[in-house]
Amino acid sequence: MSSAKSGLTADKPPLAKAPTGIQGLDEVTGGGLPKGRPTLVCGGPGCGKTLLAIEFLVRGATEYDEPGVLMAFEETAEDLARNVRSLGFDLEDLVERNKLAIDYVHVERSEIEETGEYDLEGLFVRLGHAIDTIGARRVVLDTIEVLFGGLSNAGLLRSEIRRLFRWLKDKGVTAIITGERGQGTLSRHGLEEYVSDCVILLDHRVTEQVSTRRLRIVKYRGSTHGANEFPFLIDENGLSVVPITSAGMEHSVSNERVATGVAGLDEMLGGKGFFRGSSVLVSGAAGAGKTSIAAQFASAACERGERCLLFSFEESQNQLVRNLRSIGLDLERWIKKDLLRIHAVRPTHYGLEMHLAQIHRLVVAFRPQAVVVDPISNFISAGTQSDAGSMLVRLIDFLKSQAITGLFTNLTHSDANLEQTDVGISSIIDAWLLLRDIERDGERRGAVYVLKSRGMPHSKRVRGFRLTDHGIELTPEAFSTEAGRT
Amino acid sequence: MNDQAMNDQESQPNAADELWELRLYVAGQTAKSLAAFANLKTVCEEHLAGKYNIEVVDLLVNPQLARGDQIVAIPTLVRKLPEPMRKIIGDLSNTERVLVGLQLRPKKTSQA
Repeated sequence: MSSAKSGLTADKPPLAKAPTGIQGLDEVTGGGLPKGRPTLVCGGPGCGKTLLAIEFLVRGATEYDEPGVLMAFEETAEDLARNVRSLGFDLEDLVERNKLAIDYVHVERSEIEETGEYDLEGLFVRLGHAIDTIGARRVVLDTIEVLFGGLSNAGLLRSEIRRLFRWLKDKGVTAIITGERGQGTLSRHGLEEYVSDCVILLDHRVTEQVSTRRLRIVKYRGSTHGANEFPFLIDENGLSVVPITSAGMEHSVSNERVATGVAGLDEMLGGKGFFRGSSVLVSGAAGAGKTSIAAQFASAACERGERCLLFSFEESQNQLVRNLRSIGLDLERWIKKDLLRIHAVRPTHYGLEMHLAQIHRLVVAFRPQAVVVDPISNFISAGTQSDAGSMLVRLIDFLKSQAITGLFTNLTHSDANLEQTDVGISSIIDAWLLLRDIERDGERRGAVYVLKSRGMPHSKRVRGFRLTDHGIELTPEAFSTEAGRT
Repeated sequence: MNDQAMNDQESQPNAADELWELRLYVAGQTAKSLAAFANLKTVCEEHLAGKYNIEVVDLLVNPQLARGDQIVAIPTLVRKLPEPMRKIIGDLSNTERVLVGLQLRPKKTSQA
């Protein structure tokens, strides 16, 4: 049976792909766009399709030695160059070095009279000339549907555009054709009917004043692709797609253990701490010491010479550094050595997907061995509860796939069930520490216990938890008067 | 200009004494291109005799010239002079529309 199966796959060689060079896009497409074929990128106004197309050309020219031609129907070369300068793309320089050719095609209906038969050979000549002049391997047509506004013979335009796509294929150039999303169709004039290999849909939604950009691969012939929507970012480095799905169960696991930074905690966790690459949840009420545990963990990672990325959603970097100094923790030295990076941002600043994209981008750039998110409960304020849950699952899967140990704090309300996480991620968490206050004899004492820790023997005891000026201290029992009980 | 053939009342005032500079863009000797040239010649002889100049640009020979006049469709006739620039696309088989396009005749549609 297996031989029959392999025989079947041998018949169909895998489709050759041209890497776009756009962060994340090549991962979600399994290597890039269909090589030597046109791809349709569509979406509403302002969805980022022109930017995606231009970055495809810029990356091609600068990273893959594939010069490109941009045929612009909507904006002049000057406008385009100005618009993408903020993304760090210097189109003029590429044009000067013959890595890029821009041809602005302008058709003004009011100055054109139509009489008798015609075709779009002029367009073919211009494109062909531009391709041949710089030896282009990539072509972008942005947005060819504008022609429908300039010329009246829609039937002829359709057949000519169809001929153009075939011609591009014969030329062997990898092309992106952009299209404006129509009513109930992917593009206004149904270009998706002519582009049979790959169709990508971009979307820009604003929900509760928070904007989110998403990308979906609608069609990719001869290639597996996720039907998921992937969030993407546009910032000063161009576009980046977050190639994260919740299907990542194939990551390798490590037997290596990493210290928690608190001697007593290591002891509770089989004497050695967390598994490397595992996900740890620390929950507790306000003021219970979650951030302190998180910071100890971060500091311990830096002490081992590892890099740690800390996302702080409640405190600024300065505030965090100052406050932790009070328990004898000097984070500043790690920041100075660039082993610790603190990224402080308000959770409501942007949507969940954007947070995920941000985290992804920073992780990819910094390559940390440990990531701390303090606290994840704040994500709920940036989206609905189910959104937050699925985002955290994706985040955890992503960190696991990179063998990064992740520690997340979670604020629980004192009256709520402590063992119930708000966002329902407990099932994908490997180790779960609970901090709580115990009241007895008119005194409040901190206590900590390990609710679960997969794959290792761990203490079931509730131990005392104290913040001192030289760090976190665990006492054998929450109340020393109870000594002797187990 | 010693031409006195312009007795046509309908001609635009700016057409009176000027030299008409026309450029016909083609891509190879196709049937459409040949038809366009023949049709254009007829119209010019009839309405602009002695004061027109036709330049044929074959884009297969000079592809770089397509950009300057924003040529997309083939054939395209460009009236360079008199200004403003006008473009007529197609094989120019409909003489009426060619005349309207060249502004040698006002658009019918405006009046009933």
